[in-house]
Amino acid sequence: MAEKKTFKHIIREKWCKGCNICVAFCPKQVLILKKGKVFAEHPELCIGCHLCEFRCPDFAIEVLEEGANGKNERDASDLDYAISPEADHA
Amino acid sequence: MSESMKYMRQGRLPHIWCPGCGHGTVTGALTRAIARLKLDKNKTIIVSGIGCSSRAPGYLDFDTLHTAHGRAIAFATGIKVAKPELKVIVLTGDGDCTAIGGNHFIHAARRNIDITTIVMNNNIYGMTSGQYSPMTPKGFLATTAPYGNVERSFDLSKLAIAAGATYVGRATTYHVQLLTDLIEKALLNKGFSVIEAVTQCPTYLGRKNKLGSAVDMLNWFKDGAVNVKAASALPPERLAGKFLIGELHAAPEPEFTEVYGNVVSQVQRKFDQFQGGVRGCEQNSD
Repeated sequence: MAEKKTFKHIIREKWCKGCNICVAFCPKQVLILKKGKVFAEHPELCIGCHLCEFRCPDFAIEVLEEGANGKNERDASDLDYAISPEADHA
Repeated sequence: MSESMKYMRQGRLPHIWCPGCGHGTVTGALTRAIARLKLDKNKTIIVSGIGCSSRAPGYLDFDTLHTAHGRAIAFATGIKVAKPELKVIVLTGDGDCTAIGGNHFIHAARRNIDITTIVMNNNIYGMTSGQYSPMTPKGFLATTAPYGNVERSFDLSKLAIAAGATYVGRATTYHVQLLTDLIEKALLNKGFSVIEAVTQCPTYLGRKNKLGSAVDMLNWFKDGAVNVKAASALPPERLAGKFLIGELHAAPEPEFTEVYGNVVSQVQRKFDQFQGGVRGCEQNSD
């Protein structure tokens, strides 16, 4: 059996406005709001559907696949504009 | 960082839209569609008018143009006619497109000029604090309709089809994957394409009409929308009060700049071969 895919959530807290859309429509209840910003409470439950990323109006969340198929490091381009994710809990 | 973020002016973010506003979702869907098609940043022009939705090109890393109220399609027509090799995308709102720019909209559709128009329909004028627009549903409250809007609203997709647009689709910010697919197909269509993106305005439409938060408004879209494929199998009474989403119309027709370019080259050839004589008679004799 293939190894279970794991996902990592890149959250740009500076851009998040806490509208709750990603939290409400996550099919696996991975996300919660913490101090008005999105936080990945259960990243291990994530199935990588990317719906939070697609629906986010503020471009504040991104789902990256970890392991063999996915990129492990964050892109250098994330850092260019001083918008590096603050809630990095991978 | 995902591929689509490379099409954003990230230094400009976070954007000015309210928390929960759907315009960001539509902008994201557009960048994803563009990333899928790998459009050249230097060969794509994004034009907008005035309004909340028309702020979007400010966050997109293309050659962008923020024009007069309602005139986005007029400016875009000028760009496309002058340089037909460019990809022209218009981002506009419901008030901008159907009220102030209504005439430009129907005539661009009639001409079938190769412009992709994405109408972010939030059913209200958000930027000026919630006046009712031609897309506000009947009975809804707005700042200028405190006892309810008595006017009937436009069905923008039907209007676009009737006016002659060759690709018409509608999706909501809840159905964001469908929205991305439709935008991608609209960008590939050679001709006037209209995508009506139904978005939520929790600040003005939502508060005034007690529709709840952005999440409640997305649930409202989820319950109210029926895919056009599913709708054909449903009895009419099940469709009462619902709106159709999906690919509503796709019928390719000759494109304006191509046809116009052919006429120009024909006339030029005629003048190049002109050997003398009375110009007017020569013109009339063949």
